[in-house]
Amino acid sequence: MQTYDVAMIGAGHNGLVTACYLQRAGLNVIVLEKNDWVGGAATSRELTPGFLYSNCSYVCSLFRPEIMRDLELPRHGLQVIAYEGGAVLMRDGDYLASYRDHHSHRREFARFSRRDAEAYERYARDVTRQCRFIQPLLMRTAPDPFSFKPRDISELLYLARKFGEFSADEMAATLRFWTMSISDFLDEYFETDVIKAYLALSGIIGTALGPMSPGTAYVLLHHYMGEVDGSVGAWGYARGGMGAVTKALASSFQASGGVIRTGAGVEKILTRGGRAEGVVLEGGEEVRARLTVSNADVKRTFLKLVDEKDLPERFVHRVRHFKMRGSSGKVNIALDSLPEFPALPAGSTCIKGDLHFTDSVERMERAYDDWKAGRWSADPFLDMMIPTTLDPTMAPPGKHFVSTFVQYCPPKIEGRDWRDADRDGFAKTVIDQISAHSPGFRERILHMEVRTPREIEAEVGLTEGNIFQGELTFDQLLFNRPVPGYAQYRSPIHGLYMCGSSTHPGGGVMGAPGRNAAAEILRDLRRPNEHMSPAHDVI
Amino acid sequence: MTLTMRLRAQAHIETPRLETPFHPRLAALDRVNDWYNWAGYKAPHALDDTELEYFAIRSTASLFDLSPMVKYRIEGKDAERYLNRLTLRDVSRQKTGTVQYTAWCDDAGHVLDDGTLFRLAPDVFRLCCQDRHLPWLLDSAIGFDVDIREETEEIAGLALQGPTAFATLKAAGLGNVASLRPFQITTLPAPFGDVTISRTGFTADLGYELFVPSEHALALWDLIHAAGQAYGLRAIGYDALNRARIEAGFIVAGADFIGADIALRPGRERMPDEIGLDWLVDPAKPHFNGRRAILHARRTGALKHVLVGLEIEGNVPAEGAIVYHGRSREAGVVTAAIWSPTAKRNIALASLTRPFGTEITNDLWVEIYALRELSYQKMMKRAVIVPRPFVSLPRRTANPPGLF
Repeated sequence: MQTYDVAMIGAGHNGLVTACYLQRAGLNVIVLEKNDWVGGAATSRELTPGFLYSNCSYVCSLFRPEIMRDLELPRHGLQVIAYEGGAVLMRDGDYLASYRDHHSHRREFARFSRRDAEAYERYARDVTRQCRFIQPLLMRTAPDPFSFKPRDISELLYLARKFGEFSADEMAATLRFWTMSISDFLDEYFETDVIKAYLALSGIIGTALGPMSPGTAYVLLHHYMGEVDGSVGAWGYARGGMGAVTKALASSFQASGGVIRTGAGVEKILTRGGRAEGVVLEGGEEVRARLTVSNADVKRTFLKLVDEKDLPERFVHRVRHFKMRGSSGKVNIALDSLPEFPALPAGSTCIKGDLHFTDSVERMERAYDDWKAGRWSADPFLDMMIPTTLDPTMAPPGKHFVSTFVQYCPPKIEGRDWRDADRDGFAKTVIDQISAHSPGFRERILHMEVRTPREIEAEVGLTEGNIFQGELTFDQLLFNRPVPGYAQYRSPIHGLYMCGSSTHPGGGVMGAPGRNAAAEILRDLRRPNEHMSPAHDVI
Repeated sequence: MTLTMRLRAQAHIETPRLETPFHPRLAALDRVNDWYNWAGYKAPHALDDTELEYFAIRSTASLFDLSPMVKYRIEGKDAERYLNRLTLRDVSRQKTGTVQYTAWCDDAGHVLDDGTLFRLAPDVFRLCCQDRHLPWLLDSAIGFDVDIREETEEIAGLALQGPTAFATLKAAGLGNVASLRPFQITTLPAPFGDVTISRTGFTADLGYELFVPSEHALALWDLIHAAGQAYGLRAIGYDALNRARIEAGFIVAGADFIGADIALRPGRERMPDEIGLDWLVDPAKPHFNGRRAILHARRTGALKHVLVGLEIEGNVPAEGAIVYHGRSREAGVVTAAIWSPTAKRNIALASLTRPFGTEITNDLWVEIYALRELSYQKMMKRAVIVPRPFVSLPRRTANPPGLF
C-alpha cells in the first residue's frame, strides 16, 4: 500500500492551501474529502439548472493575495471582482446607502446626521489603525508566551515593539477595542441608529453574540482586515461563486501533482504510540501517511476523529469548551428576474452590493434574544447579495442568484433537533422580511435552498454550522486559538496538525491558517519553504 | 484649401476640446466629470468608479470610445507595396479582412509609432495609431500609386471588451461575429447601416472593435448599449483600460517609448528590438524603412535597451521606479506599473539598458518610494523578468467565442 507524506482531512479552502504549499515543497499529498465535490464552505453548486449557488460563504475579501500569487490561482481561473457598497432599507421607507466614492458616502450619512457624517472619518481612522496593527499578525504563527523558546520570544518582542509604537491613549483604546461590544464602540462615534446598525453588522456576523455583547468590536475588525486589490476593507465577489476559490486551489494542487479523493469521508485518525499514521475512511479503507493534517474544526477533529484516550485530559476539556456555536443560516434563491426595491432610486448601484433590512441595533439585539431562547429570530438580520448583477457566470442573462445570510439561527430548536417544518418556517421568516421591501419577490422565486445549522453541519461538517470554526472573541484568539499551548497548528498527537479556521488567525475565506500551518509543518520537517513569498508590507 | 474652407474652419477655436461623435452618450453616463485631453478630444479618465469600470472589462463587458485614435486611409493599386515598404511586417502576406499589429521606423531604425493596420479590401487599408504622421506617410509615398488621407473625424470607433462582449453583439443582432477569429475583420449590417467589426483590443480579453461613419455613431452606441444591459455592459474611461493594457503587456507611445520624430534628447529614441517589437521585424521581406539600420544594430550588438515585463515583490506599484542590478548598479527605469487585480501580482514594464535584461537577468531590484503621510517609505524590492502578457485568458482566443 502506498504511503503518502501527508494525508489532508477535508478539501476546504484552508486544507487545499496547506496541501498546495506542501505539495509544491516536494511532499506527496493526498486530500480526502467526504463530499463528492471539493470546497468545504467555499463552493459553487448548480442546485437548479443554469444557476450556480455560493451556498455557504458568499463574498471574498479576506483571502490573502500572497496566497493567490504563490499558488498561481489566477492562472487556475480565480477572479475576484470588487463591488459597489450596498444599503440598509428602513422601516420608514427611507434607506441608508453606502458608496465607494468618499464624498457620496459622507453626504449619504449627512442625510441622517451631519455630525455622524464627519465622525465617520474618525471612526474609519481608528478602525484602520487597529487593522494596521493586526494585519501583519495574520500571516505569522501566534507566539506562545509561555514556551520561552527563542522563536516565541522573538515573535513576542516583535508584537511588543509594534504595540509600543502606539501612544498610551492608543494602547488603552486597543485593549478596550479588543474586548468591548460593537454597540458601545459605535456609540462613541455615532448618534444615528441606522448608521450604527449598518456598521454593527460586521461585529456580529457568524457570531453567537449580540451587538451588545462584549467582544464583538473585534469581530468587526476581522471583517475589515481584508482587501480587494489593495483597497483595505473592500469586499468582492469571486467570479463563478465562492467555489471558484477552491476550484482554483484544487486545480493548482493537482497541477503540481497532488491527489484529491472525493467521496472519501474520514472516519478515524490512525494513531499508534501517540503518533498519527494516517486515517481510516468510512467503509474501512486505510490511507497511510507520515503526517496527517486536519482541515476539520477542532471539535470534529479531536472529539470525533481521534480517540479521547489518546489525548491529554486538559486538552479534551479545552476543546469541548471551545465556543463554536451555530448562530446563522443561509437562504439561497434563484430568481426569475431582478428584484425591485421601490425605496431605492431607479438605477441605484446599491443592488449590486449588500442589502440589509435591520435599521437599528436594538432590533439586532432582539433578534439575538430569540437565539438565546432557542428559536430562530422572528425579525432576523439579513445580509443579502445578488452577485449576478456583476457576475454573468452564475445565472442565465436577466435571471439572478440571491445569497441571503441569516442571523440568528440556533443549532437546536428549544433544545431539540431541527425538523423540516422548522426549516420551512425559518425560510418563510426570511422571505417575509425581504418581501416587505421588495414587492413581487416571492413570485420571482424559481428555486430555493434553505440551510440551517443542521444542513450546514451535515453537508460541510462544521460543528453546529459555525462558519468560523469557533468564535472570534478575544478569549479564542492568538495563542488561545484553539487551545493554549496548541496554537501553532500542532496537536498533542505527534504528526497530527490542524490547518482549519479553528486555528490562528481564524475564520473567513482567508487562507492564512492554511498557509501558516504549511509553514510550521515544513519547519518541523526541516524542508525549505521556497514557494511561500513574504507577506505584503503594511506601509 | 480654398478660402471658403479656411473661413469655415475658423470655428475650430470655439471648441478647443473637440467632442467625439459619442460624446452625448458619454456625457449622459458620466458621473464624476473627470475628462482629459486625448489628442485634442474630450475623453474620460473615468465615467464613474475606475475600479468598477476595470472589473467590467474583466467580468462582464466594457464600452470604450476610441474615436480620437488617429486613422489614415491608404488606398490605391500600390497600397500593399507602399505599406510593405513603410512598416516592419510583411503586408503582402496580410489577407484582406485581417488586422496586423505593426510599427514603422525612420531610416535610422528608430520607431516612429506602433499601430494597427486594417486590410479592408485588397487595395484599401486603414492605419490606426496614437500620434500624427501625415508628412512622413506622404513623403514615403513618393513613387507609389497610392492615396493617403487622414480620416480620424469621419470614423467613429468603439472598443467592446470583456467576457460578455460576444453575448452583447449577439443580442444586438450582430451574432455573425461568432466566426470571427482574433485579428479578423468583418462588415455586418445593422439597422442604421454597416458596421465594421474586428476581433481586436487592448485588454487581453475577449473583445471587438467597432467602426462606423461618424454620423452613425449614436445609433451604434444605442444598439450596443441597450443589448449589453443584460450582460453587465458598462461604459468606461481610459484609467480602467490602462490597467487592462498593462496586464496585457502592451506599450503606449509617449509612455513606454518616445516616437523618434518627437524625442528631443539624444538617445531617447528606440529601435523595435529595444521596445519588445523585434518580432514584428521581417528581414525576409523586400526593403523597408529602417531595415539596414536594424539589421546592422543586431549584427554589431549596438542595441542599447530592452523592454521587459517585471514582476515585483509585494503589492506597492513601482511607478517610475529605478531598476537596479545587485541593489546598486542602475539598470533601467519602470515605464508602467500597477498591482494587477487579475494576475494578483505587482507588475511593471521597464526599459533596461543592455546587457541588463538580456545577458544579465538575475539579481534585479526596484527601489520604490511610497510617500505616506509626510514620509517616504523606501523599499528595495526584488524584481523578476517575466514574459508578457502578464494576464493570459483562454477566452480571448476561444473559437467560437464564449458567452461569458
